[in-house]
Amino acid sequence: MEAREIVFDFLEGYDVLAAFWVTVKLTLFSAIGSLVWGTLLAGMRVSPVPLMRGFGTFYVNTVRNIPLTVIIVFSSLGLADVFGMTLGASDDFDALSFRLSILGLSAYTAAFVCEALRSGINTVPMGQAEAARALGLSFTQVLRMIVLPQAFRAVIVPLANVLIALTKNTTVAAAIGVGEAALLMKEMIENEAATVLIAFIFALGFVVLTLPMGLILGWLGKRLAVKR
Amino acid sequence: MTEVAVAKNSTASTSDLVVLKSVNKHFGALHVLQDIELTITRGEVVVVIGPSGSGKSTLCRTINRLETIDSGEITIDGKPLPQEGRELARLRADVGMVFQSFNLFAHKTVLENVTLGQLKVRKADKKQAEEKARALLDRVGVGTQADKYPAQLSGGQQQRVAIARALAMDPKVMLFDEPTSALDPEMINEVLEVMQQLAQEGMTMVVVTHEMGFARSAANRVVFMADGRIVEEATPDQFFSNPRSDRAKDFLSKILHH
Repeated sequence: MEAREIVFDFLEGYDVLAAFWVTVKLTLFSAIGSLVWGTLLAGMRVSPVPLMRGFGTFYVNTVRNIPLTVIIVFSSLGLADVFGMTLGASDDFDALSFRLSILGLSAYTAAFVCEALRSGINTVPMGQAEAARALGLSFTQVLRMIVLPQAFRAVIVPLANVLIALTKNTTVAAAIGVGEAALLMKEMIENEAATVLIAFIFALGFVVLTLPMGLILGWLGKRLAVKR
Repeated sequence: MTEVAVAKNSTASTSDLVVLKSVNKHFGALHVLQDIELTITRGEVVVVIGPSGSGKSTLCRTINRLETIDSGEITIDGKPLPQEGRELARLRADVGMVFQSFNLFAHKTVLENVTLGQLKVRKADKKQAEEKARALLDRVGVGTQADKYPAQLSGGQQQRVAIARALAMDPKVMLFDEPTSALDPEMINEVLEVMQQLAQEGMTMVVVTHEMGFARSAANRVVFMADGRIVEEATPDQFFSNPRSDRAKDFLSKILHH
């Protein structure tokens, strides 16, 4: 007990678990947001309407080429400060930063979800959509019931990569003051001497979050693969 | 059943079900359909034959607008083929299609394949759709496979499921685009028998095929295509025993004598 207290006394006064909980929440909400928005974008990119295709292409090529930090800072300085967007949290600065981060992370990650999904759509043979159209299903029905379900199963593993990247990307939210893991790490490194140990603990925390994601989704990808 | 058929017949102004008028289509520089004139009447079985690349599959696919046409007019049951959109989807629901590569929905069971169109397009009740699907699957001889996935079935079984899937929509006309070309020889007959039976029951059918035996026995009319044109139209007897055009004679001499 004595030794443990001496080695880990730098943890005193810091709530590492609470910080990681914020990381988990950022990841979860952004994952949902980017999955929904990314799927819509993928639908636009394969749509027969030129305007939608054009928008989808423009969005993906713009957003994925802008550094995430710039996007997150823009959502804080641009959306919130200049355009006065409050996202229903006008007085609560912490809640506002948290929500803006989710918005920025979702907008950014959606571009990658879209492209992963689009490569999945390309694995679905043309005949599947043709047969569905021949039955009288509309474009959105074909996409929703036939093409996307098969495309998703084909890209579970690449989507796991996107999700892992997203989990680590949540650290960028520290730039606008969201109290997640990276912000706490920065604070602790400034105040404590055991910098290497601190970095190690946070690195371990992220591995604990992301390693199961990769393993579980990898297994699921194999299990759900469409047999042809 | 007969009452419905009678009602349909009495509302239609003519017995012509599918009419193609001076239809033209290009694939780049290739003029794949050249001034196609073709009328298919109710209950007729038209078999389209011809050498590879003669445009017969393309012709078949234009009838439900899986291929667009450059000029000309196609009408189905008196109505011109609509542009993309809801109207087109509604029309496609009335035109059954069977593909060379089966194209069963790989992520759905056999039963789900046959109920999907009924549920989502015809808005049928789930229980009724399943009953109808099982009856159709029994009819094509794959009733016991209802809960399997397409990949677990043989090619012949998959193609029969595909026929059941198309029939579930109560189509006015069935299009078959080389339905046996991807099958192992021993599975061809099981599919042809189902088609044969359909023809006898009075289904209007357009069949693109290389199966001359089927053309002989089931067709009311044989349409011979070459180089994007309809070269000859005749009854099977006339066509096979006494083809008029040199192109058809040449084609038949190549396929029938070995």
